[in-house]
Amino acid sequence: MEILQRSYAGTLESSDLLVEVSPAPGRSIEVEITSSVEKQFEPAIRNVIMSTLDQMGVSAIRISINDKGALDCVIRARVQAAVMRAAKGVHCHQLVWGAI
Amino acid sequence: MSETLRRSMLFVPGSNAAMLSTSFIYEADAIMFDLEDSVSLREKDTARMLVYNALQHPLYKNIETVVRVNALESEFGRSDVMAMVKAGVDVIRLPKTDSLQDVINMEMMIEQAEMEFGRDLGSTKMLAAIESAMGINNAVAIAHGSKRLIGIALGAEDYVRDLRTQRTPEGTELLFARCSILQAARSAGIMAFDTVYSDSGNEAGFLKEARHIHNLGFDGKSLINPRQIELLHNVFAPSEEEVEHALAVIEVAEHAERQGSGVVSLNGKMVDAPIIERAKWTLERAKSGIKR
Repeated sequence: MEILQRSYAGTLESSDLLVEVSPAPGRSIEVEITSSVEKQFEPAIRNVIMSTLDQMGVSAIRISINDKGALDCVIRARVQAAVMRAAKGVHCHQLVWGAI
Repeated sequence: MSETLRRSMLFVPGSNAAMLSTSFIYEADAIMFDLEDSVSLREKDTARMLVYNALQHPLYKNIETVVRVNALESEFGRSDVMAMVKAGVDVIRLPKTDSLQDVINMEMMIEQAEMEFGRDLGSTKMLAAIESAMGINNAVAIAHGSKRLIGIALGAEDYVRDLRTQRTPEGTELLFARCSILQAARSAGIMAFDTVYSDSGNEAGFLKEARHIHNLGFDGKSLINPRQIELLHNVFAPSEEEVEHALAVIEVAEHAERQGSGVVSLNGKMVDAPIIERAKWTLERAKSGIKR
């Protein structure tokens, strides 16, 4: 799935996260994580992000997340939503089933 | 009729990550994730993904999950159904069911999703919410509309708007709709569910309404606040006296059967098949708690 535009998903409320994605100039995956539980869970959060991007076939993206202690299922949901918004714009309701 | 307890169905807004992450800790009989009225138009896609992922989380494996999807006529409905069926939801709640055709359309959509994602055909159940005068008029046809239906439910806010009235503490304006839904559900052998009580701070008002719908014969009620769960379960629980009476009925009935006697009495009152059946049902309900 190709990231065509900047998009956001999520909130900065507790147990949630805000995900911002945009096209990566270098055709690579750039991940930036800020989290209220960064010390304990940064590797786990990164794993969830990377596996979600892998499943969606995203190979070039700049993704920045600000996590407020979200469960892994919430992180996955927010990344999926942000990627679909960035890839499909107003057609983000037409889900790509193999990608989720 | 199904023996599954569905006294309490707790509404959880599908767009609220914090609520989705904690609602499993409440002891509601079912959790009802909402993708419809509680979700703003610009968050329909993100709410769908949140619920899709939450449904697959082990936290929700041991609790019945219901999802209220958007109407199939909207631009969101079909994607909602596809995603929820793929995620393995137990029950899809149809909003604003006006006719038998609404039930048929949803059943076809669910069947298509089950085939596409390799789910067992018929494994996704349905719950039809009736929220209009036309829906109440068609309640019998709706209730008999699909083998997937576990029940029909009243959605009162839209219904009273359709009637051009408002909700009152007495609930007189809802009596016809409640009785229609109950009659239709029982004629189809499925469950009947009452609407939410929206004034979550008014415990006395909630209890009054809960006792009312319990006495009418409803199986359960939609809830909007976890504080209402225990209150509702207590209303539905049999009292100690009712349990003792039920045990006595079963005892005399079994004694009569051993003696080959057809008609028996307990404390001067006749005990026949409906009384025995009700006693068994009381004991079944007592397994989940006695009234405090």
